[in-house]
Amino acid sequence: MTAFDEVRVLSATGVCGSGFKESSLEAGMAKMPHFIGCDAGSTDPGPFSLGSGKMAFPERAIRRDLKLMIKAARSAGVPLLVGSAGTAGGAPHLAKYKDIVLDIAKEENLKFSLALIHAEQDKSYLKRKLAEGLVTPLDPAPEFSDDVIDRSARIVGMMGEEPYLRALENGADVIVAGRSSDCAIFAGIPVSKGIAPGLAWHAAKILECGAAAAVARPSPDCMFATLRGDHFDIEPLAPELRCSPQSVAAHSLYENSDPFRLVESSGVVDLSDATYEALDERRVRVRGSKFEPANIYTVKLEGAEKAGYQSIVIGGIRDPYIIRQIDSWVERLRERVATRVQEMFADDPIAGRHVFDVRIYGKNGVMGALEPVDTINSHEICIIMQVTAATQEIATGIVSIARHQGLHLPIPEWGGFITGVACPFSPAYLERGEVYRFNVNHVVAPADPYEMFPIEYVNAG
Amino acid sequence: MTKLGEIAKLIRSKNAGPFELTFDIMFDTVENYERVRRSTVLSAALISEIYHLPVEKVKFFEVPAALSFKASIPRANFQGDIDDTDSHGGQQYAPLIDIEIP
Repeated sequence: MTAFDEVRVLSATGVCGSGFKESSLEAGMAKMPHFIGCDAGSTDPGPFSLGSGKMAFPERAIRRDLKLMIKAARSAGVPLLVGSAGTAGGAPHLAKYKDIVLDIAKEENLKFSLALIHAEQDKSYLKRKLAEGLVTPLDPAPEFSDDVIDRSARIVGMMGEEPYLRALENGADVIVAGRSSDCAIFAGIPVSKGIAPGLAWHAAKILECGAAAAVARPSPDCMFATLRGDHFDIEPLAPELRCSPQSVAAHSLYENSDPFRLVESSGVVDLSDATYEALDERRVRVRGSKFEPANIYTVKLEGAEKAGYQSIVIGGIRDPYIIRQIDSWVERLRERVATRVQEMFADDPIAGRHVFDVRIYGKNGVMGALEPVDTINSHEICIIMQVTAATQEIATGIVSIARHQGLHLPIPEWGGFITGVACPFSPAYLERGEVYRFNVNHVVAPADPYEMFPIEYVNAG
Repeated sequence: MTKLGEIAKLIRSKNAGPFELTFDIMFDTVENYERVRRSTVLSAALISEIYHLPVEKVKFFEVPAALSFKASIPRANFQGDIDDTDSHGGQQYAPLIDIEIP
C-alpha cells in the first residue's frame, strides 16, 4: 500500500484550549497520522470575542494544548493545522496565537516554518464586492451595507481548505489560521492526497469536534480517522471512549441546521446516503458520503459591531403581591425610568439614549416571548434590570436609577413606603463593559479562494 | 399516551450558527424511534405551532441512521443581541418534552 492509499488524521480536541489527555495524543501519534488538526474557534461564545478581539479560552489553557500538539507534530515531522485561532479568528486573535506559538518554539528549542493565514477582511475590499453585487445574504440575515461595514468592529471571512494547502506547498510545518471552516482544517489534506471528497469532508465534520461523536464523552479529547478507498474509519483514542454507528450518525445533527447537507466554500457535503457500520465496539466505518462541487466559490462572512456599553442590576422578589402583578410592575418601572432619564438628560437627550430591559426569571427569563407557560409557580423570582447605552457611565447611571425606582415602586396592596427588591450585591450594579452584536450573515464570491486570506511565513525558534 | 421526554434518549436545542436554532430528538431504540415516526405527531407544523413561526420557516428531518428527528428554525433574536435570552440556544427545547405520543 502506498502512503496515499490511506490517509490518517489525528484531531487533538474539539476546541484548542478545551483540553485533551496527553495519553490520547500519544496513542494517536502511535498510529502515525499524516497530520494533526485542531479547530480553535466558534461563534458559540457569542459576538463578544469577534467584536472585542478577545479569546473565549484562557491563554494558559491554549498554551498547554498547543505545546503538546506542536511537540508531537514536530517530533513526528508531520504538519499541524490549527484553524479559527483565538475563538473568532480575526487579526488580534491570530496575533495572540502567533505570540504563543513563537514562545513555545523558544521554550522547547524547536525550529519550524510557521504559516499565519489572515482572515480579517479589509473594509474597502468588502465595499467593492458589495458594489459589484458579489455579496449575497443567507437566510435569515440582517441588512448589509457600506454603513454596516463601517460600523463593524471586525468582519472575518471563513476560509476554505485552499489557503492551508498553499501554505503546506510553501513548506509550512505549523499553520495557524484565522477564521476557517471547521471542516476545511481536516478535509484539505486528505482530498489533496486522493481521498474521495465526500468521505474527506464527512470525516472532517466528525474530526473538527474532537471526541464529541463518541457515545459519551466525559471530557474533551482526541479523535482519529483513517480514510481509504470507499470508506473511512473513525475511532476515539482514550480507551474508555467508544463510537457507535448511531453516535457517529448523530454527530451530523450537532449545531447544524441540515443533517444531510453541509455547505462549504467549495461545495456541499451530502450525507443522505451515508452508512455507518460497527467494526468492533469502538470503531465505526462510514461509507457513501458524497460531495457536490459548488458552481460559484463563496466565502461566508462573520461580523460584529458594538451595541454599546451595558450595566445590569440583579434583584430578587419574594412578595407574592408584587410577583402576581410583575408585568404591570415592570411597565410602571419602565415609565418611571423613562421620565427620570428625560429629566436627567434634558440638556442632552442624545446622550440619554438607551435601551432598558427587565428579564424576569421564574416567568420567561429563558424563553422570552416563546415561553408557552403563562403562570408563575414560584415563591420567588429573579429580575435582571439591563441598560445598554453609549458609555459605561451612562449605562450605570441609568441602571442605578432603575434600581432605586424599582426598589420603592408602590403597589396598591400596600399602604406606605415599601422596599420591593432584594439586591444581593453592593454596589447593586455590574458593569458588563462593551457589548456587541453579530451583524453579518452573508457570503461573498471572491475572485479565487486565496485573495481574502493572505499568508505570512515566520521562522519560529 | 406517553410524553416524548419519557421515551427519548435526548432532547436538545442548540444554535446552528448565530442566526438559527436547531432541535434534536434522539432515541436509543428502533422501536421508540419508529413509534414516534409512525405517530406522525412530530412535524414541521407542530414545531411551527410551538415556536410561533410560519410553517415554511421550519426545516424538519427524519434521520433514521441516528434514530433521530431534527428541526431547525430561525432565531427569534440573533445570538448575543441585547434582547437574546439564551446565547447558546441550549434551553429552548423544554416545550418539546411534553409532546404527547400515542
